[in-house]
Amino acid sequence: MIPAEFDYVAPQSLDEALQALAQGGEDAKILAGGHSLIPLMKLRMSQPSLLVDLRQLQDLKSVNADNGQIRLGAMVTHHRVATGNFGLASAAAATIADQQVRNMGTIGGTLAHGDPASDMPAVLLALEGSVVIRGSSGEREVAANDLFEDFLTTAVGEGEILTEVRFPRLEGYGYGYEKFNRRQEDWAMVAVSALVKKAADGTCEDVRIGLTHMGSVPLRATAAEQALRGQPLTAESIASAASHAAEGTEPPADLNASQDYKRHLARVLTRRALTTASE
Amino acid sequence: MAGSVRVTMTVNGAQQSAEVEPRLLLVHFLRETLGLTGTHVGCDTSNCGACTVHLNGEAIKSCTLLAAQADGAEITTIEGMGQEGALHPLQEAFWEHHGLQCGYCTPGMIMASADLLERNPKPNEEEVREALAGNLCRCTGYHNIVKAVLAASEAS
Ligand SMILES: Cc1cc2nc3c(=O)[nH]c(=O)nc-3n(C[C@H](O)[C@H](O)[C@H](O)COP(=O)(O)OP(=O)(O)OC[C@H]3O[C@@H](n4cnc5c(N)ncnc54)[C@H](O)[C@@H]3O)c2cc1C
Ligand code: FES
Ligand code: FES
Repeated sequence: MIPAEFDYVAPQSLDEALQALAQGGEDAKILAGGHSLIPLMKLRMSQPSLLVDLRQLQDLKSVNADNGQIRLGAMVTHHRVATGNFGLASAAAATIADQQVRNMGTIGGTLAHGDPASDMPAVLLALEGSVVIRGSSGEREVAANDLFEDFLTTAVGEGEILTEVRFPRLEGYGYGYEKFNRRQEDWAMVAVSALVKKAADGTCEDVRIGLTHMGSVPLRATAAEQALRGQPLTAESIASAASHAAEGTEPPADLNASQDYKRHLARVLTRRALTTASE
Repeated sequence: MAGSVRVTMTVNGAQQSAEVEPRLLLVHFLRETLGLTGTHVGCDTSNCGACTVHLNGEAIKSCTLLAAQADGAEITTIEGMGQEGALHPLQEAFWEHHGLQCGYCTPGMIMASADLLERNPKPNEEEVREALAGNLCRCTGYHNIVKAVLAASEAS
């Protein structure tokens, strides 16, 4: 399978890249790792007229983990996130596809793309992180909660570049990541990210649960979070909270899983992820 | 109308340069432009790993990379791993442990394994299986492939 024809540039600076995008018009596209875009182009489901490759922008490959705040350049690969010791984010990145895909795919690419089956969006949501987006008129920071708008639709607009991903280290939180698929390199049928902060008396001081592939965008399991907050972190209270994990969700059914089965998976995986996060 | 781009890269230690269409995939650059047919195309959809080569020392699937993305890079293919009479330890081990039947997946298996051993010289069985999750084999049932990689890790 061969993509349709396009022009290609690999600018040396972010400003040049923004300029190239602007000149390329609405059919110009950013190329990061290419591991969502090139397969789509080979299937001719995407036919950009111009690709603006970010591979030469060294600033977008930086990792900064000072002061409890982690800042990753958009071009940091899944492999570097997986091996970077960033808690939940590393655990989730390590489950993406396979080693070869993790060596090319980038955190900025997956977040800008907004595939509801992809792993990192719900992780960023649970971490209450944000992204930095640059356009010709300047830079803005967008919270994870406002980033994912719909299926494959994010707040990254035409002519804009996602440059950085930010999230707190969350000292004192345990985490768990549970992903269900049939084969190791498959996308998640459902995945659950859990973060739990234990109070001195062993009760749950704070909890955050992110759901992957339970809607057209990543979701927080707010009913389950509310049910656990302030409760003792026992097997019973975790199971009881997890039984609320699918409340209010309308997961997309597909060949692998019906809506009901996905709701079942969300409850089971939430229980497991909370259990790991509470240990 | 789309133009062409000049790509220059080091392939198995030798500098190569060509004027190519931006849409040319790296695997086709290697196989058709350079005649290095050791790298195979299995699925053409980034799943099977038959097209695995190293880009600046890391295993990647060359059916999902533009040749243009590899401009300025160092590429290693199976042809760069060893020669007849002086095989790479992984190639020796695949031979010795019968890690192949038809051999179609083998170049990709060896390149993915070499990436693993670079990062983790003494992997356990689980780590080997995990590292080869992106490489499919329709013949062997994987057992002897895993054995071969473990043997190569002990040999070096
Ligand atoms: C076989 C296979 C299995 C996979 N399995 C999984 C999986 O289990 N879980 C998972 O999460 N992902 C999976 N992926 C997807 C992979 O993680 C992709 O790498 C990722 O989704 C996209 O990142 P990229 O850097 O490759 O982006 P690209 O493919 O280069 O770009 C994707 C889209 O985002 C835009 N874009 C990219 N970067 C930016 C930026 N900085 N600013 C603005 N726009 C940008 C592009 O224009 C394009 O529209 C899989 C991919 C393959 C090929
Ligand atoms: S041919 Fe590239 S992964 Fe199958
Ligand atoms: S040996 Fe035939 S595909 Fe692996």
